[in-house]
Amino acid sequence: MNSVRLFFVGGLTSYRALFYWLSPTIYIPSLIVAPIFQILLFAYIGRSAGLESDVFYVTGNAIQYAAIPCLFAMSQTVSGERFQNTLSAILVSPAKRFPLFVGRALPVMGNAFFVSAFSFAAGCIILGVSLPAGSIPGLAVVILIAAFSCTGLGLTNAAISLRVRENAVLSNVIFGFLLIFTGANVPISELPGWMQDVSHVIPLTHAIQAARDLAAGEPFSHVTGLLATELGIGIAYLAGGLVLLRVFEWQGRKHATLEQL
Amino acid sequence: MRTLRLLAIGWKFHFKMIMRSAFDGVGQVIYPLFFATVAFFVFQAGDSPRTLLYASLGSAVMGMWSATSTTAGSAMQRERWQGTLEALVATPTNFALILLPVTIAMATIGIYSLVATLLWGRFLFGIHLTLVHPLMFVLSIPATVLTFGALGFLFAVCFVRFRAAWALGNMFEYPVWLICGFLVPLTFFPDWVRPISWVLAPTWGMNAIRESSLGGSPLPDLLMCFALGTAYIALGFLVMERLLRSARERAALSLT
Repeated sequence: MNSVRLFFVGGLTSYRALFYWLSPTIYIPSLIVAPIFQILLFAYIGRSAGLESDVFYVTGNAIQYAAIPCLFAMSQTVSGERFQNTLSAILVSPAKRFPLFVGRALPVMGNAFFVSAFSFAAGCIILGVSLPAGSIPGLAVVILIAAFSCTGLGLTNAAISLRVRENAVLSNVIFGFLLIFTGANVPISELPGWMQDVSHVIPLTHAIQAARDLAAGEPFSHVTGLLATELGIGIAYLAGGLVLLRVFEWQGRKHATLEQL
Repeated sequence: MRTLRLLAIGWKFHFKMIMRSAFDGVGQVIYPLFFATVAFFVFQAGDSPRTLLYASLGSAVMGMWSATSTTAGSAMQRERWQGTLEALVATPTNFALILLPVTIAMATIGIYSLVATLLWGRFLFGIHLTLVHPLMFVLSIPATVLTFGALGFLFAVCFVRFRAAWALGNMFEYPVWLICGFLVPLTFFPDWVRPISWVLAPTWGMNAIRESSLGGSPLPDLLMCFALGTAYIALGFLVMERLLRSARERAALSLT
């Protein structure tokens, strides 16, 4: 019961703390306007280079942009506490780490879903992309699973933030890495072989492919395999993140580096 | 002479300070490389007549703007956080002369980004840099840096009353990349977009660099850079004067 309370109440408190500073003046430019311009940028680059259609770039970039709220908000769960001098108080508590950190991940996932879905819809409207009406519920499921798997990566990023001081730089680097490797803007088949191998073990690649298949009119049953893989990757990153949190927490205690700025 | 000395020392001081910051120094150089890599792959796989060198030059200038936009937006905010804004405003020197070298120093970091992107393209994608007008190319780079710095200065001045100025600066990263013709010719955009592109100096800086390299007449583009850069600085001085007077009257400089 205590873990359930920690999961929901702790997650809600963390969410409110995050949105205390993530006010509309930050939220709108960063998470509403920027993803739309990312979609437009790559759609026009695609037109300029003569590669792929607008729907390719709308699906790729709308889903890939889920990485921004996931990576930055999850890393804030550690670095924000460090900045407020509350990190050691949290880590010294006997609270179970799974509900403590996964509870914080739940609102992040919800936010990533909203950002991704909104930019997807806005991108379609602005670029005049029409989707089969029947694909929309399936696309919502795809975006939700993409948000989940990317939150798993975000938790791993949060764990690394226990050891890496410049977590904003790290989050940007991971975002850039996803931009190239997930096939958001370049067909996976056009990437070198080793990059294709990497793309299959990172979040978002399979979700983007599933979204493109649905947008092309494929039935939902056609993409369930891709979604199961995406879900599996998300669970793997989530589990990896929890393990890393434990390891780095232990190292932080041992070397007295938890609060080091 | 005193003004030039102030600008030079301010530039050097802030350039060294930015280079010590992982986010502004290292991050702003590495981050555009990801976008450059995507652009290289897209142009490599596409069937456009535009070459990889076209993409390489565009990506390189994207990095220059990236180094300026976010950090220029937060230039004033950083002084506010450090508690030095009031002290700087209270000095007898015009505050705009203190702020201008800050944004030019940020734009100068963009040269690292430009060189890194061109080298990235050369060694990973085999893109050779050819220079039809080498002298004009050498002139185009500092001219572009100065105009980016001037536009960043105008942004910094205009965002002085916003707490989340960095987010506004960040918001302008993609739009400028998009409509200034870095990777997409302006002819691809609706007619109403083009006048907006023309009043943005990065459009002309990009043209000057590209025409110096690929051939063309970069001199008119350089003159436009100079004219627009001067206009941004003049406008920035005027806006700054009004905003500071208003902030003093309302005691709202610290935004607390």
